Amino acid sequence: MRRLSGKGRGALEVKFVPDEEVLKHIADDAGIKLRKDKAQPAVSVKRFVKKLENISDDEAQEILEEKDYVAALGICAQDPVGNGSSVSGGEVYSFKSPKRSSRLAELERSSRVQQRNKKKEFVSTTPYRLRKRLAAPDPYLESESEYSASCSEEEDEEDQKEDNTVLSGQKTPAKTKAASTPPPGNTLAKKNKENKMSNLVEEYFEAHSSSKVLTSDRTLQKLRRRRLSQQTLHDLLKKAPLAYAAEIKELNQLHESLFSKWMLQLHLGFNIVLYGLGSKRDLLEKFRTSLLQDSVHLVINGYFPSITVRSILNSITEEVLDHIGTFRSPLDQLDFIIERFKEDSSLELYVLIHNLDSQMLRGERSQQILAQLSSLPSIYLIASVDHINAPLMWDQAKLSLYNWLWYETTTFSPYVEETSYENSLLVQQSGSLALSSLTHVLRSLTLNARGIFRLLARYQLENKDNPSYPGLSFQDFYQQCREAFLVNSDLTLRAQLTEFRDHKLIRTKRGADGVEYLLIPVDDSTLTDFLEKEDEDV
Amino acid sequence: MSTCSVSKGCFVFKPSPKKRRVSQKTAIHFGEGENDSEDRELRFDTCQSLWNQIKLETEQIQEDLNKQLLDNLVSFLRRSHSDFQEKKTEWTCRMKSREIPTAALVLGVNVTDHDLTFRNLSEALRNNITPYIALLEAKDCPGVKNLMQKLMGQLMNCSTDVVSLEDEDSVQVSQNRIRCSMNSLIDWYKSVTKKTDSETLSKKRTSSSRHQQSPPVVVIFKDMESFTTKVLQDFIVISSQHIRELPLVLIFGIATSPMIIHSLLPHSVSSLLCIELFQSLSCKEHLSTVIDKLLLTSRFPFKLGEKVLQVLINIFLYHDFSVWNFIKGFQLCIVEHFYSQPLSVLCCQRADAKKRVNSLSHDQCENIRRLPSFRRYVERQEAEKQIALLTADNFLKETTQKLLEDLHVYHENYVSVLRCLHVFTCSLPKYPLGKQIRELHCACLENQVWETEDYESFLQLARMLNKSDLETMLQQCVEILVSSSGNEFDKAIGKLKEFLTQFHKLEAEAFQEQDVSVSSQKELQKKTDLYHLQKTLLELKDSRRSKKLTKFEMLRFEVVDYIDSLVRNYLVPADHKTLHEIVYFNTASVLRGHLNAAPRIALHTALNNPYSYLKNEALKSDGGSISNKAPDICIVYKLHLECGRLINLVDWLEAFSTVVTAVEGPNADAASSDQVDDIIHARFIRAVSELELLGFIKPSKQKTDHVARLTWGGC
Repeated sequence: MRRLSGKGRGALEVKFVPDEEVLKHIADDAGIKLRKDKAQPAVSVKRFVKKLENISDDEAQEILEEKDYVAALGICAQDPVGNGSSVSGGEVYSFKSPKRSSRLAELERSSRVQQRNKKKEFVSTTPYRLRKRLAAPDPYLESESEYSASCSEEEDEEDQKEDNTVLSGQKTPAKTKAASTPPPGNTLAKKNKENKMSNLVEEYFEAHSSSKVLTSDRTLQKLRRRRLSQQTLHDLLKKAPLAYAAEIKELNQLHESLFSKWMLQLHLGFNIVLYGLGSKRDLLEKFRTSLLQDSVHLVINGYFPSITVRSILNSITEEVLDHIGTFRSPLDQLDFIIERFKEDSSLELYVLIHNLDSQMLRGERSQQILAQLSSLPSIYLIASVDHINAPLMWDQAKLSLYNWLWYETTTFSPYVEETSYENSLLVQQSGSLALSSLTHVLRSLTLNARGIFRLLARYQLENKDNPSYPGLSFQDFYQQCREAFLVNSDLTLRAQLTEFRDHKLIRTKRGADGVEYLLIPVDDSTLTDFLEKEDEDV
Repeated sequence: MSTCSVSKGCFVFKPSPKKRRVSQKTAIHFGEGENDSEDRELRFDTCQSLWNQIKLETEQIQEDLNKQLLDNLVSFLRRSHSDFQEKKTEWTCRMKSREIPTAALVLGVNVTDHDLTFRNLSEALRNNITPYIALLEAKDCPGVKNLMQKLMGQLMNCSTDVVSLEDEDSVQVSQNRIRCSMNSLIDWYKSVTKKTDSETLSKKRTSSSRHQQSPPVVVIFKDMESFTTKVLQDFIVISSQHIRELPLVLIFGIATSPMIIHSLLPHSVSSLLCIELFQSLSCKEHLSTVIDKLLLTSRFPFKLGEKVLQVLINIFLYHDFSVWNFIKGFQLCIVEHFYSQPLSVLCCQRADAKKRVNSLSHDQCENIRRLPSFRRYVERQEAEKQIALLTADNFLKETTQKLLEDLHVYHENYVSVLRCLHVFTCSLPKYPLGKQIRELHCACLENQVWETEDYESFLQLARMLNKSDLETMLQQCVEILVSSSGNEFDKAIGKLKEFLTQFHKLEAEAFQEQDVSVSSQKELQKKTDLYHLQKTLLELKDSRRSKKLTKFEMLRFEVVDYIDSLVRNYLVPADHKTLHEIVYFNTASVLRGHLNAAPRIALHTALNNPYSYLKNEALKSDGGSISNKAPDICIVYKLHLECGRLINLVDWLEAFSTVVTAVEGPNADAASSDQVDDIIHARFIRAVSELELLGFIKPSKQKTDHVARLTWGGC
C-alpha cells in the first residue's frame, strides 16, 4: 500500500509504507483519541449547560465570560452588608438604565425568553439614542442595522434586523421569528468578549464624537426661581427630613460593630480604607471619639479646598513631634518623620483622612508621600474614598506601601461637610460669595470709587452678548469717568484702579494693539444682581 | 473639639500625658464585642506566634531561593573589584578603560517584592564585599544634583558607622556642608580607604577585615525604568570620567526586560557600561515554594480552605504576581480565623491542643457541639454515645482530643498521598488535574476528587503509561512515602515496592513475548492491497477487544487501581472531616471583600438598587422604573443615565421635581407649592453636588448651566 507522505514544493515524494506501520498508526492513534475525546467534550458540554442555566433573565450577557473568573474568586455572598459584591463587572460598566416606556417594557417581556438578554440590553441601554433614531426617517434604517450589527453580540444577521423591527415598534413578527433563533454556538463567550470590547470603545466615541449637543437651551436664569445661598440651602435641607433614617441608622450600627476589628487590623500592620455610597465622615468621627480618645491622632479633611501634603506633614512635625524648624522639601520632612518614628518606638499616631481621593490629595506625589507615611509600622491610617475612579490613584508600589484592607461602608448619609465648600458646588451658588465680597469691598470705598466701578460694570453688561468683548480700554474709561465727573486726572483713575486690582475686583489685559483693557472677572448674573442691589442702596 | 473648620484641614489631638496609654495592648481589640470572648488572650497569642513562625519561614524561603543569585552577584563584584586592585599599579593600563562594571538585575514585574530582594542583596554585599552601598530610588532623584546628594548622604553615613566602631574620634562629616560633587566623593573615598589601609597594616588584622583593600562603591538603582533618562545619562557619563579614582559598580534593578537599558540610554552612554545580566527567581517558582512550605505541610496547624486559597491564587495570577501580597493575604486569613472562630484556640500544635481541650469551658464545649461537622459526627453514633456527647463535657473533651488527633493524622497522610498523586498527574498529557500541585490541592479540597471527570480521564491516561515512566513514578512515590512522617504507609510502601519488583520480573518474560508478536507482524507485511488491510484491521480490532491482557497491562491496571484506592482513602476533602472548622479558614467572601474590593460596583448597586442596603419595603422595586421613594441621589443618578454627554441642569431639575412630586402631585395645595419647590430645589442641588463628588459629572463651560457626564455607555 502506498501513501503520499510529505508534500514537496515541486516534486512529490512517494514512499513505500508497509502495512503494519499503517495499521499500527491507525490502531494506536484511534485508541488514544477515542478515549481522550470522550472525556473532553463531556466536560465542556456540561460546563456550557451549567453556564446557560446560570443566566437568569435579569442578568447581563457579559456574565458569561465573567463568570469563570468571578466564580473562581469565590462568590459566596455572606458579607455582613451585602450583595454589592455579587454584581458582575459587565453589568456595571454597561450602565444599564431603566426603561420607562411601557411599550418597550412589554415588548421586552414578550421577547425575553427566546432572545435572552441581548436585545434587552440594546433596548435598555439606549433610550436617548433610541428616541433620536426612532424619529429618524426611513433611509436611516440602513445604517441603523449596521450599527446594531456591531452592538448586539451573538445573533446572526437576520436576527439583528429583527431587533430593529422590534425597536421600530412592530410587535408581532418579533415574537414569532425570535422563536427560531438558533442556539448560540460554543465559541460564544470568546466572541462576546471581543465584541464587547469594541462595543465599549464605540460607545465612547459615539458619546464624544459629535460636538453637537442635543440639549435644550433653557438656563437657570430664565427660571423664576431665585438663587439659593449657602445658608438658605443649609436651612432648607434641614427642613427636609432625611429619608430612611431608621435604615441608615441600622446600617451605621452594622459598621460600628467593626470598630474593634479595625483597631486590631490597624495594629497588625494593615491600613484601612472605607468605600461605598454616603458620607463616611460621621462614621470615622464616631470611631475617633469612641476609640481614639486616649491616643495621639490626626484628622485630615481631605475635602478641604486648600489642604496640602505640606500642611499634613507640618502638623505632624510641629504638633505631634514638637519640632521647631523648617524643611527644604516635603521629602526631607518625610525623612525626618520616618527617622523619628523609627527611633522612638513608643511613638504612635493614628491618622484619619476623610476623602483621601480629593482634588488636592489625589496627585501622584501626595499619594506617594502619604503611602510612605502609612507604611510606617507605628502610623495607623484609616481613610475614606468616594470617587468612582479612586482606585486608579494607586499603582502596585503604592498599594503595597498602603497595604490596604478594604471595607465597604455604604451609609447613604448625605455628604454635608464634603460638599459644603464653595468650589465643590455647581453653578447655582457660585455667585453668592463673590457677590457678598463685592458689596463688602465696595461699601468701604468712597462714593466716587463706587461710581467708577458701577460705570465699568454697566459697560460690561451692555456688552455681555458680544463674545469677543475685550474689556473697556483705559482711555475710553477715563473719558467716561471725566464726563461723569468722577475723576479729574488719569492719575487719580489709575490710583483707584490699583485699589480695585488689589482687591481682585478688576483684571487688566493688554490687547493686541498694546492698549490696556479692563475687565471685571465676575459672571454676568452676579454683576446684574450687584447692580440691582447698588441701585436699591443709592 | 470639632473637626469642621473653614480655615484648616488638619487637626491634631493630643491627650494629656497622664491619660495617654503608653502601650495599648493589641489583644484588647481581639474578639471584642463577642459573646464568647473568653480565651481571647490565648487565641491572640496563638495567632501571633503562628504568624511569627510563618513569617520567619517565608523569609527563610526567600533567602534560600535568592542564594544563588546573591552568590553570583557577589562573585561578580569581587571580579570587578579585583580588576581595580591589580591595575592599581599599572596606570597605563587603567587609562584605557573607562567602562563602569554594571550588573543588570532582572527582577520581574512584581515590583512589590523587590524591596525584600534588595534588602537581602545589600545585606549580603555589606557582609562580603563592601560597606559602601547606596540604594537609590527614582522618586528621590528628580535631578543629578539630588542623586548625588542622596548618594553621598548614604555613603558617608554608612562609612561613619563602620569607622566609629573602630575609633570614636573620627571626623564626623555633616553631609549638608559638603558640596555634592564627584570630586568631594573621590576625596572622601581616598581618605576612607587610606585610613582603613593604615589601620589594617598597623594592627595586622587581615583576618578580621571582611572587606579587601579599597572595596568598590556599589550604587543600586532600585527601579531603573522610572529614572529620568537625563539623570541616568549624566550620572553615568560623569562617573565614567572618574572611574579610575573611584571603583564604582552599578546595579540596575529592572522590572521589564534587559532591553530597557538600551532604549533608555543612547549608545554613547551605554558603551560606557560593562553590563552583565542576572536573573532573579521567577515569582511563580517562589509562590510554589511558599505554598509547598506553608500549606502542604503538617508543621503549621492552620489551613486554608479551597475557596480562600483560590482567591489568594487568583489575586496573585490576575493582579500582581506578588508573593509578598500572597503572604499578606495569608496573614489576613490567620487573623480573621482566630478573630471569628472562638474554637480556634485549639488550632495549635498537637501537644498544646491536648492540654487546651482539657481546660475548655462549658461554653466552648457548647461551641463544639454547634459545629456542623460535629453534629454530623454525632448523628452517626449510637444513641447512648450521642447522649453522652451532647451532655457530658468530659466525654466530649475526650472525643475531641481523639478527633483532633485523627485530623492531624489525616493531614500528614493527605500531604504525602497528594504528592504521590501529583507525581502521576504532572507528567500526563494535557494535565487533567493541573500542572501545579496547588491546582491538584484545590481540586482535592473542593470535593471528592475521584468523582470528577478530570480524575476519570487521569485514570484512563495513567492506564496507558509506558513501563519506564511507571517505574520511575513508583520509585518517586516510594521515596515520598518513606520520607513522610505518617506511619500508616508501611503497607503502602511494601505494596509499591512489590509492584516494582514485579515490573523487573516482567522484563525477562517480555523477551519471549516479543518473538511471538514479531512473527504475527511479519504476516501482515506481505499483504499490500486495501481490501486485505481493512480486513485485518477489523480482525485486529475484534481480537483487541477480546484479547487477554498481557501481564504488563494487568500489572499496570493493578498499580493504577492501587493508587486510586490510596486516593480514595486519604484524599478525602477536608470539610468531610469532623472538627475541620477549627483549623480551616473558609470564608472567602470576607477575604475577597478586603483584598480585592470593587468600590465601583458597590456604588453602582447602592445607586441603582438602594433596597440592597436599606431594607425598607418601599424601596423594593422592579428594578426598571425610577421610584420616587428612592433616596434623592438615586433618583438624580437614574435620571442622569438617560442623558448624553452634556446635561441641562434645568431639565434635570424639572425631571427630578416631577419624579419627586409624582405622588403628592394632584392633592398638594397651591399655597405651599413654592415652599415645596424650594426644598426640592435644595435637595436637587445637594444630590447633584454629591454626584459631582462621586465623579459622575463635572461642571462644563461648553454651554451655560450644563454639566458634563463623566461615564459613558447607555447614553
